[in-house]
Amino acid sequence: MQFFIQLFSDPLGFYRAHQLLLAQLGINALLTLSMYITLRAGMLTLANVGFMAVGAYVSVLLHVNGHLPLPVAVLAGALAAGLLAIPIGIPVLRLSGIFLAIATIGFGQVVVGAILNIPITGEGRGLTVPDASSSLLPAYLSLVVIAYVLWRLARTRLGMAWDAVREDSLAAEAQGIDVARYRMLAFVLGAVLAGYAGALEAHINFFIDTSLYSFQRVVGVLVFATLGGIGRVAGPVVGSTVLTALPEVIRFAQSYRDALYGVILIALVIFRPQGLLGGRVGIRRVGRRVKL
Amino acid sequence: MALASGVAGTLLPQTLNGIFTGSIYALFAVGYTLVFGVLDILNLAHSAVFMLGAVITYGLAVTLGLPFLLGALLATLACAAVGYGIDLVALRPLRHRGAPPISALLTSIGLALIFVNIAELRFGANSRALPASVALSGSVHLGSLVLEDSKIATLLLSLALAAALGWIVRRTRAGRAIRAVAENPRAAQLMGMNVDAVIAWTLVLTSALGAVAGILYGLSQHDINPFMGRDQIELKGLAVIVLGGMGSIRGAVVAGYLLGLAEVAALVFLGSNVSGGVAFVVLFLALVAFPGGILRGRTVARQV
Repeated sequence: MQFFIQLFSDPLGFYRAHQLLLAQLGINALLTLSMYITLRAGMLTLANVGFMAVGAYVSVLLHVNGHLPLPVAVLAGALAAGLLAIPIGIPVLRLSGIFLAIATIGFGQVVVGAILNIPITGEGRGLTVPDASSSLLPAYLSLVVIAYVLWRLARTRLGMAWDAVREDSLAAEAQGIDVARYRMLAFVLGAVLAGYAGALEAHINFFIDTSLYSFQRVVGVLVFATLGGIGRVAGPVVGSTVLTALPEVIRFAQSYRDALYGVILIALVIFRPQGLLGGRVGIRRVGRRVKL
Repeated sequence: MALASGVAGTLLPQTLNGIFTGSIYALFAVGYTLVFGVLDILNLAHSAVFMLGAVITYGLAVTLGLPFLLGALLATLACAAVGYGIDLVALRPLRHRGAPPISALLTSIGLALIFVNIAELRFGANSRALPASVALSGSVHLGSLVLEDSKIATLLLSLALAAALGWIVRRTRAGRAIRAVAENPRAAQLMGMNVDAVIAWTLVLTSALGAVAGILYGLSQHDINPFMGRDQIELKGLAVIVLGGMGSIRGAVVAGYLLGLAEVAALVFLGSNVSGGVAFVVLFLALVAFPGGILRGRTVARQV
């Protein structure tokens, strides 16, 4: 309760007390949108944390060791993740359903393994980012721009092709849609966005190490996306915002916080099957089309 | 030359280690894969049940001072009851509404969070080992080779239980019911079967097996903590059931041993830092080569 009282009675104090959380809200929303892209194309891929790690490490190394300006380094990190997605996607996108999900989880683990073994990445010790800033502007500005682009995309040829591939890839193929190409495009764009989110996160947190890119994290992002619903772009954003803020909001539960989070999660799934926002493609439709 | 003989010298004990870990992976994964075969859902609370088995055993045997075997038995029964609870709370309400499998994935994640949190509160966050006085702590010497009793027990018990599960599913009336529900729940219902009961019993059975896997892990690795399921086995269990072909008990056992051995091979030849990642490189390559798992097609429904 105190969380909301302060939010309305003392916005400035709230901002100071929760700046890192606010920045994390923006980052997680971007990350969830990266999963939205692949879910929209009907694929359950869980490589997002791997691409995030690539974006983060590449951008930090270019910025700190290579002395590139920060925005250039962040974009280079995102680009590196996207480029890596192509050779990964070629073999992996032949898989579908749970097999695709697991193969892409494997990729995330391999990236973490690689980071732990390449000396320049600081191995297990992680990397510090001396001139990090907890400014909210980059994350929120990107979020607005990217959410707007994705929203507009829904009515374009590309968005409709993704819908067709998700709803029935066989029928889509029969209509002359190049299913493999559109799936690959979604995978690469998702990777670029995940890499971008990772790079931004690195420059907010002052420090990165491999614990940021765990299996639990990517499952968390999947929860954000499905609970928000992928029927509209706002779904993943609302889902990630509500669930990222939730642990802070229920701080009063103290050591029972995780359990309470679990209870709320179960209750939401059972009592709001249409997702937080409802809409055409809630948990129900994600689940039916994106087969496990 | 010195290096080569060093590798050869550690090869046998390391291979045995791979077999021991592999048998725990196998035992954990048979329960995981059976639930997937029957319900088409991934029960992510399974790794929390694995942890509860070990943590409850510790509580009963060390804190309350019960004999170890009695404690382990009671913990297994408690986890079987937890399995029933998982169905009741997280799966049944969704099933009755015809919700998609991904909803059950989310609710099982919620339950896992709750279980881990409770264990953390009761047990503390630190890792503990069962004291040597409590459990099997002897060892057998074969020449220069030392076999710990706990590891031998792990190997034998997990093979026996996996075989027993396979026998139950293939040969008994209950197993036939499980296969019928896996094949087609609606048809099974129309034949007068109580589908809810069959699914609840499947969860009870698999949770008991998961608990035993956790107890054996705690016993042989001397490491019991509230996060052991989440950190040590969840992901590997997923890898194993996918590699073995979703829903295949035999496949899960074979893949469990393969993963255990692959990890050890990576450890011996490539060093300790690489072994975690190598398991997933193997998985990745295997999936690309065999997109349906190694033993695909041998799902529960088809295992007649």
